[in-house]
Amino acid sequence: MASRRAILAATPGLLAVALARPAGASPEAMRQAMREFLGPDAPVPRPGRVRLELPPLVENGNAVPLSVSVESPMTATDRVRSIAVFTERNPLPGVITAQLGPRAGAARFATRIRLATSQQIVAVAVMGDGSVWSDSAQVVVTLAACVES
Amino acid sequence: MARVLLQVPATARRGEVIEIRALIQHPMETGFRPDASGVVAPRDIIRRFVCTWDGETVFSAELHPAIAANPYLSFTALATASGTLEFAWTGDNGFAQTETRRVTVTE
Repeated sequence: MASRRAILAATPGLLAVALARPAGASPEAMRQAMREFLGPDAPVPRPGRVRLELPPLVENGNAVPLSVSVESPMTATDRVRSIAVFTERNPLPGVITAQLGPRAGAARFATRIRLATSQQIVAVAVMGDGSVWSDSAQVVVTLAACVES
Repeated sequence: MARVLLQVPATARRGEVIEIRALIQHPMETGFRPDASGVVAPRDIIRRFVCTWDGETVFSAELHPAIAANPYLSFTALATASGTLEFAWTGDNGFAQTETRRVTVTE
């Protein structure tokens, strides 16, 4: 009987933990999103070939310039198929998923992103031969996005 | 219609890799942000961007709420033959906008 009482007493706490989890991404959520993007048979991303550029210190997390470039000849057969960017501690781990056609000419793009807090950002590139490469960057944010205005 | 800023060279040499920059006016409301009364504003973002050259995809992207307001994208295209570049943005609440630019490719 004591065990049932213990379980009942613990339930609200467990529920609160379970409900609080999806509110913010975690390193595990980022890895999960990465697995979903790559698919079940993809190899583990290797560091190299990808270059993720972000300012190391950001004053305003509402618009952080980000650029990704990948070493690739970008021919019809040997090219980058897709590039995705993930964050560790934003409310959602996904930032952008880009597909490059044979007409892209070069494997690079740039955009502006939001960062909720200081964290690690990871870029993953999938090549035509199925190999997966990645690069990461650590960013310190002084004024976070998503909090106000 | 949202305001769009597009930077596309009007002419390019054959085989040249041209730089394209596209910016569209959009709040990209994340769906996590409470307004002054504490009510969380519903998500309203652009979900997808596609750039095609005479119907062939050059660059496409899925955008998430982590993309800053007024989404800006710069990317490249390989100039092989004169044609029309089409830029299409689609998003929440039926948002859809298309712009076209003509590029003349010279020898």
